[in-house]
Amino acid sequence: MAKLTFKEELCKGCGLCVNACPKGILALSKTKLNQKGHSPVELTQPEECIGCASCAIMCPDCVIKVER
Amino acid sequence: MQEKVLMKGNEAIAEAAILAGCRHYFGYPITPQTEVAAYMAKKMPKIGGTFLQAESEIAAINMVYGVASTGKLSMTSSSSPGISLKCEGISYLAGADLPALIVNVQRGGPGLGGIQPSQSDYFLATRGPGHGDFHVLVLAPASVQEMADLTGLAFKLARKYRMPAMLLADGTMGQMMEPVCLPDPAEAEEKAPDWAAVGTGCARVHNIINSLELSPAVLEQKNIERYERYAIAEKEEPRWEEFMMEDAEICVVSYGITARVSRNAIVEARKKGIKVGMIRPITLWPFPKAPLLKAADQVKSFLCVELNMGQMTEDVELAIRCKKPVGLCSRVGGMIPTPAEVLAKIEKANEEGG
Amino acid sequence: MTTVFDKPKSLTDAVFHYCPGCTHGIVHRLVAETIDELGIEGKTIGIAPVGCSVLAYNYFACDMIEASHGRAPAVATGVKRAMPDNIVFTYQGDGDLASIGLCETVSTAARGENVTVIFINNAIYGMTGGQMAPTSLLGQVTQTSPYGRDPKTQGYPIKICELLATLDAPAYLARVTVNNVKNVRNAKKAIKKAFQNQIEGKGFSLVEVVSSCPTNWGMTPQKALEWIDEKMLPQYPLGVYRDKGEE
Repeated sequence: MAKLTFKEELCKGCGLCVNACPKGILALSKTKLNQKGHSPVELTQPEECIGCASCAIMCPDCVIKVER
Repeated sequence: MQEKVLMKGNEAIAEAAILAGCRHYFGYPITPQTEVAAYMAKKMPKIGGTFLQAESEIAAINMVYGVASTGKLSMTSSSSPGISLKCEGISYLAGADLPALIVNVQRGGPGLGGIQPSQSDYFLATRGPGHGDFHVLVLAPASVQEMADLTGLAFKLARKYRMPAMLLADGTMGQMMEPVCLPDPAEAEEKAPDWAAVGTGCARVHNIINSLELSPAVLEQKNIERYERYAIAEKEEPRWEEFMMEDAEICVVSYGITARVSRNAIVEARKKGIKVGMIRPITLWPFPKAPLLKAADQVKSFLCVELNMGQMTEDVELAIRCKKPVGLCSRVGGMIPTPAEVLAKIEKANEEGG
Repeated sequence: MTTVFDKPKSLTDAVFHYCPGCTHGIVHRLVAETIDELGIEGKTIGIAPVGCSVLAYNYFACDMIEASHGRAPAVATGVKRAMPDNIVFTYQGDGDLASIGLCETVSTAARGENVTVIFINNAIYGMTGGQMAPTSLLGQVTQTSPYGRDPKTQGYPIKICELLATLDAPAYLARVTVNNVKNVRNAKKAIKKAFQNQIEGKGFSLVEVVSSCPTNWGMTPQKALEWIDEKMLPQYPLGVYRDKGEE
């Protein structure tokens, strides 16, 4: 069981986390924009997350908190 | 005061800096101030201080900036071409409101110039040596005793006003040997000032030593605040010496080595019945405007004696609001006027009247 | 549940001004994690450069000093000499460290000054809008090499680790990159070692981080990371170029 928390307003939508995710369960939002105008990242299948923190390791903006 | 010793000007600077509590010296070899570095190289390791021969003048002034950022006293010394290189760093010191001492034992320029004495960095020093709106405190010693005294004062004022100070000497003053009474050692350094970068100790928000400000409104305000501090210095810190000014009709204005030459010329002129005196600025920034303006109502003319093409004449004209003529007696390129040359100019001024 | 990953305490809450996908943010985090893990936040003094990371002083929670362009190693020297018990690091880009400040870089390394240098090599001047850097690759198109860097007129890239490895004094010289999870982990180890060395008084340590500049390279952030593998690493091979601890 793993939990990701996103500081959405810090996300710049660079997508490095999306590519880093070994499970392929992260995606940039198609419906939301944050205040800076970026499409923030979202977890598409939370139950699949293994809490490996690869996304957080590649995030240049410390958007993601990982709990396990 | 300690007992009298015979010292070279450059060595007096070095010893006085140590006595003032400076423990960090960074320099680069250049004639005619190398004795400062040599003295520090011998002394600093024995008292737990830093002597470091930097890779360049630029590196040296930035090492000074590093030490100054921690709130400690530090200094560098050089001569005119080296001071040009330090100007960037001096601007950053001023922009970050850091105290430090820069010694300039001037030689002739421009460019590589020569290695003989000069005062041709007057503009560079007094107009703010580097880019941007700023000043440094400028002190001009005219004896080996003053080399020592003004070094201590420069550190004190630099700390008080949080701005760099420049000791503006010349090759003659640096090489000259005279008896000097050194001051007593300053009290040990108190704890770091609250603005210094010494580590937060996890006990406060981080300090940032910085001259960058991207908001024009904030940067403007910082400049205005800095100039408010300068205004206090301009009011409280001008220092000068008056010589035979009580009844003077001609006022010689001269600093450093040329003030000594002028003094002899004035004594000779007095023997000939010419009423001449001298105002010797000790601080070139802040410039002693008040005594000059006062003298403008008394004398017929002013005569600047300096080792440049007349840079200080502008400050004298401004100080006296052009009320009286301002003449110039100068030699440049490493030449120094003789007392006879100055006397001749005084006699000429006397003939011309006001 | 326990937290396995979060923003390190040695970063402030200020929001990075860096472009989307810029790896400065990753390296900032690695430095901050290192400071946290070594428990040195209270006695660390950082020196920020001029360049894209000029505002680094807002991001690190330790005391910070902003240096003039290229002079961070000289400033660090002054700080370390005045405060030998503190931990002093510089964070510099390629224009700052390898061009205008090359003299300070080499001299500080040659003295074996006991400081830590984090060097970001992204082969371009980012802050001013993408001009040729001393580390730009041959053929690389930039604003000031619009026809590609031509060695006949613009010379060859400077390899800092190899250059400094000719000196006797440096304790540790390593080149790492941050273009995938594994490489970020290796970069972290190198950065931590560079700080640990200073704590142990071993002398000058420099970590060159081959980084990306998606904006000025004209690529997506992910493509820029791939470009590091394809173009940058053949010119700038990863590895440890000096490790006195291992010799």
